[in-house]
Amino acid sequence: MTIADQLPVLPIILPLVLAPFAILLRNGRAAHVFAVVVCGAAFAFCAMLLARVTAEGVISYALGDWAPPIGIEYRVDLANALVMLLVSGVATLAAAFSYASIRTEIDDRQLPLFYAAFMICMTGLLGVTVTGDAFNVFVFLEISSLSTYALVALGARVDRRALTAAFNYLVMGTLGATFFVIGLGLIYQATGTLNMADIRAQLSAGPPGAMPNSMVEAAFAFILVGMGLKAAAFPMHLWMPNAYAYAPSAVSAFIAAASTKVAVYVLIRFTFTIFGSDFDFIDAMLTYVLTPIALAGMFFASIVAVFQEDVKRMLAYSSVGQIGYMLLGISFGTEAGLQASLIHIFNHGLMKSALFMAVACVMLRLGVHTCSGFHGLTKRMPFTAAAFIFSGLSLVGVPLTVGFVSKWYLLQAAFDAGRPWAGFLIVASSLIAVVYVGRVIELILLRDPPSEGLLANDVDGNPVREAPLSMLIPMWVLVGANIYFGLRTDLTAEIAGRAAAALMGGAQ
Amino acid sequence: MTADLAILFSMAVPLVGFFGVWLFDKQPNLREAATLGAGAITLILTLIVFHAVGAGARPEVELFDVVSGLPIAFRAEPLGAMFATLGAGLWIVNSIYSIGYMRGHHEKHQTRFYMCFTVAIASAIGVAYSANLFTLFVFYEVLTLSTFPLVTHKGDEAARNGGRIYLGILMGTSIGLLLPAVVWTFAIAGTADFTPGGILAGKVDAAGPVLPFLLGLYAFGIGKAALMPIHPWLPNAMVAPTPVSAFLHAVAVVKAGVFSVLKIVVYIFGIDLLAISGAAGGFVWIAAVSILLASAIAMNKDNLKARLAYSTVSQLSYVTLGAMLATSMGVMGGALQIAMHALGKMTLFMCAGAIYVGAHKSLVSEMRGLGRVMPFTFGAFFIGAMSIVGLPPLGGSWPKFLLMLGAADAGQLAILGVLILSSLMNVAYLLSIPVMAFYMSPDERTDDGRVLGLDDRAPAGETRLGVKWGALKEAPLLTVAPPIATALGALLLFFFANALYDFLLPITEGGR
Repeated sequence: MTIADQLPVLPIILPLVLAPFAILLRNGRAAHVFAVVVCGAAFAFCAMLLARVTAEGVISYALGDWAPPIGIEYRVDLANALVMLLVSGVATLAAAFSYASIRTEIDDRQLPLFYAAFMICMTGLLGVTVTGDAFNVFVFLEISSLSTYALVALGARVDRRALTAAFNYLVMGTLGATFFVIGLGLIYQATGTLNMADIRAQLSAGPPGAMPNSMVEAAFAFILVGMGLKAAAFPMHLWMPNAYAYAPSAVSAFIAAASTKVAVYVLIRFTFTIFGSDFDFIDAMLTYVLTPIALAGMFFASIVAVFQEDVKRMLAYSSVGQIGYMLLGISFGTEAGLQASLIHIFNHGLMKSALFMAVACVMLRLGVHTCSGFHGLTKRMPFTAAAFIFSGLSLVGVPLTVGFVSKWYLLQAAFDAGRPWAGFLIVASSLIAVVYVGRVIELILLRDPPSEGLLANDVDGNPVREAPLSMLIPMWVLVGANIYFGLRTDLTAEIAGRAAAALMGGAQ
Repeated sequence: MTADLAILFSMAVPLVGFFGVWLFDKQPNLREAATLGAGAITLILTLIVFHAVGAGARPEVELFDVVSGLPIAFRAEPLGAMFATLGAGLWIVNSIYSIGYMRGHHEKHQTRFYMCFTVAIASAIGVAYSANLFTLFVFYEVLTLSTFPLVTHKGDEAARNGGRIYLGILMGTSIGLLLPAVVWTFAIAGTADFTPGGILAGKVDAAGPVLPFLLGLYAFGIGKAALMPIHPWLPNAMVAPTPVSAFLHAVAVVKAGVFSVLKIVVYIFGIDLLAISGAAGGFVWIAAVSILLASAIAMNKDNLKARLAYSTVSQLSYVTLGAMLATSMGVMGGALQIAMHALGKMTLFMCAGAIYVGAHKSLVSEMRGLGRVMPFTFGAFFIGAMSIVGLPPLGGSWPKFLLMLGAADAGQLAILGVLILSSLMNVAYLLSIPVMAFYMSPDERTDDGRVLGLDDRAPAGETRLGVKWGALKEAPLLTVAPPIATALGALLLFFFANALYDFLLPITEGGR
């Protein structure tokens, strides 16, 4: 076996093994460089993986050479390769971005721990995505969740509310994990296997009418709720706004782009490849459960976002709304809908991450992440301001940005699915996004920066300067991605389309 | 240069101008030279395209696919070629005028001002040449965003409020109504290309509710067409400096709106489909009401720019009306109205700015007798107003005439009455201004309360209301010459209307 054959496991095993070494580095700067290199390597592996899957089709990798379904299988297809690319890419940029910001927000001696937790978190998320084993999903999910609780709690030095936010997240996240594992237990009872492809085979085997039985249906219900909690799907999002708002700035930039998206991906995987929309109850669930949840999230969370003074909380509520779009795409139960959903997972990761990074720059200089810090930002931090405006326009869905591509596919899926009303609800909800994004952009463009008071100068009392290059470059790479993928959709739309076709075709 | 390339460059050159303006931030003369140079080259390029289209070619460029087989693509047809040439030509005129106005007025942030203009004109040309609905939508949105900094140029509270309404209405309607309409059309027809004869025929039930609903999404979703009740952004945008009002809110932005409506009616719905289905019937009346109501509001506005804004709302609905009549003559009338009204209204706005720069007057009631001080400005205003009203020998008379023919063709005789009534209202609120300026004395009552008549003109040299009457006191040359030029253009177009008519004729034919 050559090293190339080990490719599927490399992005997971490498950070998992190397993360503890970060703790040994006493120096925060060294830990930072180390984390960037490790995350960058994981990104490179993910990119190679995606290239290979695109060219050769699904890759199945037996962990420890134990053949599935007994052993754990890593199964890479286009859908998860795309999500892995997003997770590792954003992780690399967020890690590179983080140093200048995080060292003002946490103790220096915690820096190596921070980077270790950061890498573990990425490993967990990548593991959830890559694995073809249902129980393995749970294991990695807990790895990423536990490290995320720690990362959120690190925000406590700046704002003590981070502790309650992290605790809330811990309780809700554990509830979600428990629901999920109960669901897995029921599936195991029903099918006697935990390998995803094998579960599928067992569910479709047997005499007609034997499957699904009520146990399988209950299992799905538990999994749906569990993943709904992890994905912060309305109304299970209560942990999320505070966790995003009070986590250290760089952490928000990463988890907002990655963690909830991965949960949505898992939901897609279970719904379409493991259970499959050929089951009546899945269809019913999509129509009667997921559609209302998605629509309620799109409107409720967006409206709440309009009234947030804290920009990070606003972005968090906006995320709840945007997850509504992803769920709505899934709920159509069509290939086009699924494609739209996958595209939006990727695109939304890009825009939210860039937005949180811009907030982090403001936080670094002004020490606040409320609207008041954004007054007249063009005159004080022009590049940060421009980054916020561009990615904000992307969030609204202005043409030539990724947000527009997402919305276009979602609308098209709605009309194709014979649900024009859903199309109009989508645009209605994005009009609310115009309001909450426009509100901040207006402050940035048309107000004068405060000339006296706390915010007249930066946190050290000096005139406000632009954020350092170490932050600007990663942020602008993401902004550039927002525009590039808004123009060229070969990567996103085409892969998402093929991935959706494969997902709908079952687990071949 | 081939016409295909000219299309591409006509959008690229203004963007080169963008960087040129940026580069010469600190050297105003070079900066304005960059704008004018880009304008001149752009005009030549659009003329090349215009000429090629006139010879029967349909130059096209396809850039790349953005979403699901929908490319950013351009294809020049008569309507678009006319609009692009008009935009490029008037951009030059307006830039000359801007130099006079912005400097005469000591406006701040002039570099940003000229930079936004270049993006706006590039996107207006993009709208003009767009080959499919998707491309049109993309450039339509860029046009909205690039003009937002121009509307809020002054940066004060009034500008912020105006800007909020401007962006709110234009973005709201385009995202909320136009975007779903575009996607829906694409879902129904399987294509979004502008095709002679339309793409919806045979794809939707001609008698069903989908067709009028879709048409409504377009008519109101294209907020730039300012069909009532989507019009409030236009008067609110008048907080912008006058060159912005003159060029964008009389030509580029609003004309991009009605142009889109016309283009979509002709190339997406198809005149025949609309005529058979009667789907547009209701919209004819919405446009008619819009024409009359906006004129009525204009009559009550004392602020000259506000009056012109409502007059624009009214005149824009002529184009929508022409499109919705769904007859060849109606469409031709609408198309000519785009060009004729652009020249006329731009003249009026530039005169309003010249009056403001020269005499610091913005209220109509304060302009009595001002014509004897600023005869060239008011002379141009008079010609522009006559063109808007539709009096020969000015270009504006042709679209009115064709629209009447179109209304008669469609059997909508009541619309004839609407058009006549509207012209009378135009006489009342537009022609009255130069008449007052030339024939009335600045101070209309004497001390004993007697109303002054024509015989009581203030003697030359006497000072009244701080102005020395009888002596010429025109605005700076650069703000007076441009409106005179456009006024003469309106006069010339009366005689060359036939050439333009022949040029536009292919749009009414089903086939290519």
